[in-house]
Amino acid sequence: MGTIRKRTSSGASAPSKRGAIVPASPFAYAPAPESRGIVKIKDRYGLFIGGRFVEPRSKRHFETISPSTEEVLSVVADAGEEDVDRAVAAARTAYAKTWRALPGRERAKYLYRIARALQERAREFAVLETLDGGKPIKESRDVDVPLAAAHFFYYAGWADKLDWAFPNRRPRPLGVAGQVIPWNFPLLMAAWKIAPALACGNTVVLKPAETTPLTALLLAEVLQEVDLPPGVVNVVTGAGRTGAALVAHPDVNKVAFTGSTDVGKAIARSIAGSGKRLTLELGGKAANILFSDAPIDQAVEGVINGIFFNQGHVCCAGSRLLVQEPLLPVLIAKLKDRLQTLRVGDPLDKNTDVGAINSRMQLGKIEELVQSGIDEGAEIYQPECTLPAKGFFFKPTLFLGVSQSHRIAREEIFGPVLSVLTFRTPEEAVEKANNTAYGLSAGIWTEKGSRILWMAQRLRAGVVWANTFNRFDPSSPFGGYKESGFGREGGLHGLEAYLAFEQGAGRG
Amino acid sequence: MKGLDSGFSAALARVPGVDAVGLEERAAALCKRSIKKDTKRWALDFLIRCMDLTTLEGADTQGKIVAMCGKAIRPDPMDRTIPSVAAVCVYPALVTAAKGALAGSNVRVASVAGAFPSGLAPLAERLSEIRDAVASGADEIDIVLNRSAFLGGGTQEAFDEIAASKEACGAAHLKVILETAELGAYDPIRRAAALAMRAGADFVKTSTGKVGGATPASALCMMEAVRDFHRETGRRVGVKISGGVRQAKQGIQYLVILHETLGADWLMPDLFRVGASTLLNDVLMQIGTQRSGRYQGPDYFTVD
Repeated sequence: MGTIRKRTSSGASAPSKRGAIVPASPFAYAPAPESRGIVKIKDRYGLFIGGRFVEPRSKRHFETISPSTEEVLSVVADAGEEDVDRAVAAARTAYAKTWRALPGRERAKYLYRIARALQERAREFAVLETLDGGKPIKESRDVDVPLAAAHFFYYAGWADKLDWAFPNRRPRPLGVAGQVIPWNFPLLMAAWKIAPALACGNTVVLKPAETTPLTALLLAEVLQEVDLPPGVVNVVTGAGRTGAALVAHPDVNKVAFTGSTDVGKAIARSIAGSGKRLTLELGGKAANILFSDAPIDQAVEGVINGIFFNQGHVCCAGSRLLVQEPLLPVLIAKLKDRLQTLRVGDPLDKNTDVGAINSRMQLGKIEELVQSGIDEGAEIYQPECTLPAKGFFFKPTLFLGVSQSHRIAREEIFGPVLSVLTFRTPEEAVEKANNTAYGLSAGIWTEKGSRILWMAQRLRAGVVWANTFNRFDPSSPFGGYKESGFGREGGLHGLEAYLAFEQGAGRG
Repeated sequence: MKGLDSGFSAALARVPGVDAVGLEERAAALCKRSIKKDTKRWALDFLIRCMDLTTLEGADTQGKIVAMCGKAIRPDPMDRTIPSVAAVCVYPALVTAAKGALAGSNVRVASVAGAFPSGLAPLAERLSEIRDAVASGADEIDIVLNRSAFLGGGTQEAFDEIAASKEACGAAHLKVILETAELGAYDPIRRAAALAMRAGADFVKTSTGKVGGATPASALCMMEAVRDFHRETGRRVGVKISGGVRQAKQGIQYLVILHETLGADWLMPDLFRVGASTLLNDVLMQIGTQRSGRYQGPDYFTVD
C-alpha cells in the first residue's frame, strides 16, 4: 500500500470503544479456507477455437497470477490478429452451417446443459474465480457462479420463444458477436454475453480480460463437455490489442463490451460507420441516497454491500453516499463501527468479506485517487485491520466531508472507497445524484414508498434500487445512461441487442 | 404508576424502521460464517456457560427439577472440564426446590413470573408473583411483555407494567420476553425492545417457547435495538435467545450474530443467554466430536 499522508482518523491511532471487535475478541474466527484441490489448473492454456484448444499462431503467451498471493497460476495464449481471424472464421462457419439453422428448442437444450454443468461444477468455478480474480469465495460461491448459471437457464427459456417475445416483428440473429468482457466478474460477464447471443442464434468470439482468463477457459472446457457444436463459442485470450483486433474485425456483426468508459469510446470510434451493432456497459459513479427515515441498520448494510462488494470493483457500485443531513452523525458512527467488523484478507477463506484488489495496476489507481481525496481536504477513515503481507490489498476506506467538486466524487475509483456527501431535500438529492457524467445505477433508502417512485422517475440511471443495492437477476435489464453506455443486458431487452427485425408480419 | 416520560416518547419516536428483506439477508449471511477448530471449541464451551437450562411444563415436579439441577451443575459427569450452565429456568412454585438443589454451586435460579406465558393476569397478581419468586430465592425473573397492551396501542401501559415489574424484582435481574413470533413484524419487535429497555429491563428475550421461537432475523433485530440503546444511554442490556434452539450449530449462529452486531463486550453470561431444554446434550455431543473426531450415540449423554 502506498503512503497516505496525514489527516487520517484511522482506527489505528484512536481505537474506538465500540470498534475493534475482531482483534480483541476471544471469538476471533479460526481460518476456514476453501480447499483449492477441487480445481486443476493446467500449466498452459491455448486458444479455444472451433471447439478445440489450439496453440496461438502469435506464439505469444502471458502469465496470469493470483492477486492475493502474486503466485503465477498459469500461462495463457496471447492471441494476435491472425488468431482472432481464425476465431472469427470458426464462428462464421458455425453460424452459417449449424447454429443459425438450428431450431430454437435445440439451441435451448445446449443452454440448459451449460447451465446445469455450471451448477454441477459450481465449487470448481468458484474456487478458480477467487484464485484468479481475488474476490472472496463467499461471493464467487453465492453470487457469481449461481447467477451465471441462472443467466443460461433464463435465456435457454427464450430461445424457442423469440417469435412471441416480439409480437408482430420477425426476429433473426445478427451473425458473429465479438464480446469483450472485464475482470471484475469474469465468469458472470461471460454468461451475460454468451447466453443471450446463443439463445438468439448468433455465434460468439469472447475475449476475457487479461488478468482473469481462467474461468472463461474452464467454461470452454464445459462447452466441450456438453458437445456444443464447434465454433459456436470461441475464446481468445489476450490484452487490449486482442480486443481491438476482435472489435475491428470486418466479419464481426455485433460488438458487446463491458469495461472502462475510455475503452468504450475508443471502440465506438473504431467501428463507427461499419454497420456493426454495438452495446456498451461502461463505468459508473452511483449515488446511494439515504433519507432520514431510512431503515438505518439495513441501509448501513446496503451501503457496505454497495461499495465493498467485490472490493468495489463493480461498475454499478454505490461509490457516492448521499445522506440527508439530520441522519449524518448517527450514520457515520454506525458506518465506522461496521467497517471495523469487515474481514479483509485471504479470498479463499470462507469468512473473508473483502478480498484482494484485482491487479497491481488497479491498486495503483486506487491509491492515486485516495491520495487526491486527502490532498483535496476530505477526511479519510480506515478501520484498524492488518493486510496480508503479499498480494494486492487495500483497506476499506471512507471519505467524509466530500463535495461534488472533489475528484473522488467525480471519477470512478473502482475500489473499496466510499465518498460521503450530504443533501437537505429530495430535489437536492436528485440534482446531486444526476450531477455526474455517468448513469448506471442509484439506490434510494426510505420508508416512504411514494418518495421512492418520485425519485426513481427523476434519477437518470439505468437501475434504481429501493432499500437494497447490488441485486441482480437475469430477468432484469441492466445498462446505463450517458457515459455509462447504451443497450441493455438481461431480460427481454437483452435479447433485442442480439436480434435484427425483418420487415413483414411476425408470428405471435 | 409513572407516566410515559417525554424522554421515553422521544426515544420511541427515534426507533428506526426495519426493512424485513435486508434484515433477513444480513441474518442469513451471518449464519453462513464458518466456525472451526479452536473457535468452535471456544463457542461450544461458551454456549454452556451462557445457557439457561429450562423446563416449563405443567408436569414439572420437584424430582424433575432436582435432576435437572444436577445436570446444570455438572453437564457431563464423566468430564470435569465441562463448565456449569449459567442458570436453570423454572416456574415460581419450583424455585425453592431448584435453589436447594443448586446450593453451593454458582448456577443461578431464574423463574418465569407475571402470569407466564400470556401475562394477562391482573397486574397486582403478576407483581405479587414476581415478589414471591424473588423471596423464594430466584436470582433472575423472566416476564412477558404485555402484548395485549402493546399491540392494542397501550404503549404506556406496557411500559409502566415493565417498570413496575422491575421495581418488584428488587435486586433480581429482569428479563423481558417480547414473544417475537406474536408481534407480527420486525418494526414492533424493535419498538418493543426499545420500550422494554427504557422501562428498565436487564435483558430482552425473544420467546416463551410456547408459540414460535427465536429466528436469526428476530434476534438480530433485537440486538440492533440493544446496540442503539447502548449508544444512546451507555447502558448494556443483555440478550436472551429462546424457543427452538436445539442444535449447537444454531447456538453458534446466534453467537456469530451477537458478536458481529454487539461486539466482544457482549460475550459474557451477564449479557448473553440461550434458553433451552434440549440444546445442552447436542453441545456436549459436538464437544465430544471435536475432541475425538467421532460422534457418540445419544445414550452416552445423560437425560435429566
